[in-house]
Amino acid sequence: MSVVSTDPLIFRQSTVEVPWPAVRWLWPVAGHLSRVGAALLLPAALLALWQLAVAQRWLPEQIFPAPALVWQSLVELWQSGELQSHLQISATRVGWGLLAGTASGLLLGFGMGLSRTVHAYVFPSFDVASQFPVLGWIPILIIFAGIDEALKIAAISIAVVVPVAVNAQKGIANIPRAWFEVARVYGFTRLQIVRRVVLPAAAPSLFNGVRQAVMQAWLTLVFVELLASSEGIGYLMVWGRQLAQLDLVVVGMLVIGVVGVALDVALRSLESRLQRWRISAF
Amino acid sequence: MSKLTDIQQDGLPNSPSGALSKIQWRGWVLPLALLVLWWLVTAQGWVNTRLIVPPANVLKVAVTTLSDPLFYQGVLFSVGRDLSGFFFGSLAGVLLGTLLGVSRLADRLIGPTFHTVRQISLFAWLPLLSSWLGYGELSKLVFISLSTLYPVALGTFEGVRSVTKAHAEVARVFRFSRMQMLSRLILPAATPQIATGLTLGLVYAWVATIGSEFLLANWGNGLGNIVIKGRAAFNIELIIFGMLAIGGVGVFFNRIAVRIESRALRWRGPRV
Repeated sequence: MSVVSTDPLIFRQSTVEVPWPAVRWLWPVAGHLSRVGAALLLPAALLALWQLAVAQRWLPEQIFPAPALVWQSLVELWQSGELQSHLQISATRVGWGLLAGTASGLLLGFGMGLSRTVHAYVFPSFDVASQFPVLGWIPILIIFAGIDEALKIAAISIAVVVPVAVNAQKGIANIPRAWFEVARVYGFTRLQIVRRVVLPAAAPSLFNGVRQAVMQAWLTLVFVELLASSEGIGYLMVWGRQLAQLDLVVVGMLVIGVVGVALDVALRSLESRLQRWRISAF
Repeated sequence: MSKLTDIQQDGLPNSPSGALSKIQWRGWVLPLALLVLWWLVTAQGWVNTRLIVPPANVLKVAVTTLSDPLFYQGVLFSVGRDLSGFFFGSLAGVLLGTLLGVSRLADRLIGPTFHTVRQISLFAWLPLLSSWLGYGELSKLVFISLSTLYPVALGTFEGVRSVTKAHAEVARVFRFSRMQMLSRLILPAATPQIATGLTLGLVYAWVATIGSEFLLANWGNGLGNIVIKGRAAFNIELIIFGMLAIGGVGVFFNRIAVRIESRALRWRGPRV
């Protein structure tokens, strides 16, 4: 439990006097460094434990590859270009799936959000279908689309459509009615209403949908590649598993984790940029 | 008593006018149209009926499967797996989330690793888990627990962090012990976010259950295995039926979770 100091602020202000103003910038740097250091403690401890477990042969090496071996495989896969080509294939699949899924999700979401008629006809079916887990669709997709690219792109698209459409619809539904009335008073055309009222007002929700969609797409890609594929980052792991080369499996996990972190960071910075634009616009 | 309130809740929105029943009527148009289209293309032989099977056949398979005790056994196995994984995962999630929320030190030490490891796409754990723990129950249980852990831990963490300083100071004035602080202040205040985390966790647990049954197929019991057997035998009717059953259970869990969430938050009274 963090202890909150109870002494009044007045005392603190008078006592804090930095002797050399030039050193003042050091404090935040030191704080930052200690933060990074603390964050690295646990991974370092785990790595040491891992190394120790391998060195002491607590577990058979087939199911517990040495850290050095994992690193070596990673470097070899990278230098031979194999890793990049797997990653590129996976990224292409996610890209196409995202494109198709986002386009149809936006269409569906805007349709349901803007038109009461579309909402009445489509929403009940969509509501039920969207609660079906994406994985449930995959066996039936395999029958129709085979196990090639079409399957992966279709599965990712389905995973993407749901969050995009749900958030677009919610974002539009949450716009205050008064704004539309103002737009009507100004004699906006339909296109102007969409561009000047709906898009800016629903932007945060739309972006939220896209962010969820990217994460869902990545999750689904890994699943489909593990289930059925002959290339891609998930296949690398299946292959390693079958050859009992767990170093390949761990490399796959590392790469998937790094891509996940990169996607998360990119989407976060994009979102904050979007919010900055919102603040300056209003 | 509870039935009465249920009826009142369900009855209320429908009663005021006929406008809503018209909307409900329109909601049926799309599924019925798709069903008719499906029936038409198969009855007229416009498509390969080996691939696109007639709806009547699916119904027939559904009837025979529904009268087969093995099906219910499979559903029970899947749901049992799902709920036990959910139980362990949410328990660990609430503990971890509370720890990270309450202690700055724990947050500094564990938080960054937790948030990084969280980015490893869930299913990427399965090859490693399966080589450590095999294809049996244990690795599925661990996997389902793991997938529940993330949303629950995040929700709990956010909930605990939402406790205001003023409330904590009042608790300190009353000289609450640590346990009292946790049980009387922190956990009640964090309930909404924990409930949201649990709802998400329930959804993820079901996805993880089906996913692990697909990927760790060991010809055992479970809904996912029924579908896999259907795929191996090219029994498309069975696959479609299994898919509907998986979706049905998912929808059921969703409804339950939403209901429990609103019931758990009823004490807070209406908020606008």
